[in-house]
Amino acid sequence: MEFGFTTAAYVVAAVLFILSLGGLSGQESAKRAVWYGIVGMALAVAATLVGPGSGFWLLSLLLIAGGGAIGYQLATRVQMTQMPELVAAMHSLVGLAAVFVGFIAHFEMGRVAGLIAENADLKELGTFAALIAKKSTVELNILRVELFLGIFIGAITFTGSIIAYGKLAGKVDSAATKLPGGHMLNIAAAAISVITLIWYFNTGGFFPLFLMTLAALFIGYHLIMGIGGADMPVVVSMLNSYSGWAAAAIGFSLGNDLLIVVGALVGSSGAILSYIMCKAMNRSFVSVILGGFGGPAGEQMAVEGEQIAIDVDGVATALEEADSIIIIPGYGMAVAQAQQNVAELTRRLRAKGKNVRFAIHPVAGRLPGHMNVLLAEAKVPYDIVMEMDEINDDFPETDVAIVIGSNDIVNPAAQDDPNSPIAGMPVLECWKAKQVFVSKRGQGTGYSGIENPLFFKDNTRMFYGDAKASLDALLGKIS
Amino acid sequence: MIIGTPKELFEGENRVAMTPASALELQKLGHSCVIETKAGAAAGFSDKDYKDAGVEVVKTAAALWKAADIVAKVRVPDDGEMKRLSADQTLISFFSPVADEAKMKSAARKGATVVAMEMIPRISRAQKMDALSSMANIAGYRAVIEAGNNFPRFFTGQITAAGKVPPAKVLVVGAGVAGLAAIGTSTSLGAITYAFDVRPEVAEQVESMGAEFVFLDFEEEQADGASSGGYASVSSPEFAAAQLAKFREIAPDMDIVITTALIPNREAPELWTADMVASMKPGSVIVDLAAEKGGNCKLTVKDEKIVTDNGVTIIGYTDFPSRMAAQSSTLYATNIRHLMTDLTPEKDGVINHDMEDDVIRGATVAYGKAVTFPPPPPKIQAIAAQPKAAVVELTPEEKRAAETAAFKAQTKQQVTLLGIGAAVILLAGLWAPASFMQHFIVFVLSIFIGFQVIWGVAHSLHTPLMAVTNAISSIIILGALMQIGSGSFLVVLLAGLALFMTGINIFGGFLVTRRMLAMFQKS
Repeated sequence: MEFGFTTAAYVVAAVLFILSLGGLSGQESAKRAVWYGIVGMALAVAATLVGPGSGFWLLSLLLIAGGGAIGYQLATRVQMTQMPELVAAMHSLVGLAAVFVGFIAHFEMGRVAGLIAENADLKELGTFAALIAKKSTVELNILRVELFLGIFIGAITFTGSIIAYGKLAGKVDSAATKLPGGHMLNIAAAAISVITLIWYFNTGGFFPLFLMTLAALFIGYHLIMGIGGADMPVVVSMLNSYSGWAAAAIGFSLGNDLLIVVGALVGSSGAILSYIMCKAMNRSFVSVILGGFGGPAGEQMAVEGEQIAIDVDGVATALEEADSIIIIPGYGMAVAQAQQNVAELTRRLRAKGKNVRFAIHPVAGRLPGHMNVLLAEAKVPYDIVMEMDEINDDFPETDVAIVIGSNDIVNPAAQDDPNSPIAGMPVLECWKAKQVFVSKRGQGTGYSGIENPLFFKDNTRMFYGDAKASLDALLGKIS
Repeated sequence: MIIGTPKELFEGENRVAMTPASALELQKLGHSCVIETKAGAAAGFSDKDYKDAGVEVVKTAAALWKAADIVAKVRVPDDGEMKRLSADQTLISFFSPVADEAKMKSAARKGATVVAMEMIPRISRAQKMDALSSMANIAGYRAVIEAGNNFPRFFTGQITAAGKVPPAKVLVVGAGVAGLAAIGTSTSLGAITYAFDVRPEVAEQVESMGAEFVFLDFEEEQADGASSGGYASVSSPEFAAAQLAKFREIAPDMDIVITTALIPNREAPELWTADMVASMKPGSVIVDLAAEKGGNCKLTVKDEKIVTDNGVTIIGYTDFPSRMAAQSSTLYATNIRHLMTDLTPEKDGVINHDMEDDVIRGATVAYGKAVTFPPPPPKIQAIAAQPKAAVVELTPEEKRAAETAAFKAQTKQQVTLLGIGAAVILLAGLWAPASFMQHFIVFVLSIFIGFQVIWGVAHSLHTPLMAVTNAISSIIILGALMQIGSGSFLVVLLAGLALFMTGINIFGGFLVTRRMLAMFQKS
């Protein structure tokens, strides 16, 4: 059975998907681009349903509709601050689906092999089984490797995403924890996977496949458990990449080019995001994935001075007098759900004719671009939300910089102290502003436990308290 | 601990080291406060005010010195007070360890602790207790007011129906705390203000206050203030000569001159010579804030106002802070209170005289029966940042060479990667069947397209990018769709589950992307 029109639909769908990703280069074109993606997906599913997937079409439609209803609920109810969790949770679904599809492929192989051995009639077989039936021994072996890889990556994605979800949602302790044995356990699990691959390649039995799945599930769990909260942007984009590679591997085993194309697109997208995030933290991908900061090269500089607190009146007066203001949001803003207050403050200050802008560090928050989405949700116009490179040179001409819930990304030690664990990481140079206010819960260090000399600078004033409560108080003073 | 403040005995001293407000704060630290009757009267604080703030008022100085564990006052204690100072008592006041060496030694012999407010180190952490700065600030302000009081014209220039009034020209010599305060006051009154300081790095501060810095045509590396704790040091004779020449040149133009140049523990340098005074216009005013140390102008008479033969008024008052006793007492009492905060780290009323602490160690001149002056240099030296080593400017040739090298390295890297990639694909092609290679080519090309496309994605849209890639990675639904129709119940079940989950993903992913993108609005 050949389905020429299905292939044609796949080509169109692939082009639409590429356009959909490419359209994200600008805010306006992105609104159109997402429709390309939707149409592409609809086209691909419809073409498969009428073509090679026509068996059980009603059940399929019902299941998709059921899942769709849940997806709709999730997507409409989710808070923008919960985006990282949602994305991580959805990755786990793709991972699990890949595992299932891989298993099915394995069962089908076994069944077809059995039928061929009995010389039974092969005409009654389903689409996929028919495809297998035509394969030569070499092709079957390759198929085994492909579905093995698909299941392996899918399983890692599944448990990894669940742990990432747990950490982001606060259900699992976000600190980096490792089981006794550390990376040795991962290496052992990886070794088991390699052995089972050879085993499976030779025998084609279900047991090695199952064993590998367990090992892969463990790797996903343990790898992500060992990575701390602030590295989550890298983790989530890495898992994003994995879910793509899993889809591509499954595409190979099913001989479906669209799966391969989309899997490769998603895989490379996630890989690039991971690369950008790592670059923004000046750390190698391997060191992030293996967890923890590299040990400091020597004694860290002692921080001298003291943190000077300021009350809400002081901040209000300074803001009234300032002409140019830069706000640097971080994960703390998301935690305190303070983006609406920040936006309101911005509106009021802009109404007074002040130049208010936002400086976004690439790894601010727990997801690439997290801050942009939060600010957009609060209706902060995107043209005053700047990237680090765009705005870093403007700090010396800025009257007031307000740091809301960020820490490491504004740490001058990254530039001044070669022994700091974050030495060399690009940071927002907010201390060059005439005055810096830091809205922060207390005097503690941030996630990474690195002392921040910014808080001790002469032009820094600490505005202690929950970000939302502090901004509420501030809004009371600024009309 | 009981903190006591006696009435100041020095003639004409109006300040008091404790105000009702500072007493309230001190009590929060767990201390109790006691004050001699009428101690605050000259500064405008009545005994009733103190009582209301919970301060015990005692009738005599003797009773106060007896009652207090810690005596906080403004001026150096006189001989009578020194007799009253007992062992185990702590004295906090202005106390010059050089001029009052005998008193310091006698206090140390007794076993009393003496904290000299003058000796508070000039580091940022100690700014809040730096009484020299807070008093200097007042002196600088008052110097301008005092000058204006004796100056027969306006500060600001005016054009009125009755004629044009030129603005006054004010020169401030020495841009320390007092100098900067004087500059600020003078510019805000509308005078054209000039300022000079031997430390060239303060030019920026001077200009930020709205005054013009008087630069000398002189090439010499002046010691930067940071190396001497932020204070000026003695300049070379050549520099001093160049400086005087400059002053001589501008002296006839100046209406008001305020000199604040002091070098710690030295006689004030002579900056405004008799011939400069002689060249000034009648009615001009000189306020010499260095009068206490002999004056920057040798004609200055300490604590007096004189008028020279050519009609120039020279004011040599040394009690400017005392002339604004309410303000200066408030600031001084706050300085004392901050010091007490550092001395009472637990806020439990127990003094912890930590001689390891830079600030406390620096200010303590007598402790544990020993003279502890001079203090060791503070552990922290920096006030102003040390100038950074100049960045080496690359010549155009070097730049070009670096660029070519970078380009070559990039080319090399790309070629290597391409080579390795091609070799891998070739190897795979040798071994794998054609059906695999077809898919493999699609795969490699897709990755290539993916890399090209994703680099163009705006940083701010990374979250929508993740959501949309998440949605389209559900394309794996095709696999489940193809499989569900064939085979056993197990297959149908697994495929059904996969369909269900990817269904969630497709709808959830696309919807949430749309929701996010709709939020991005242009202003």
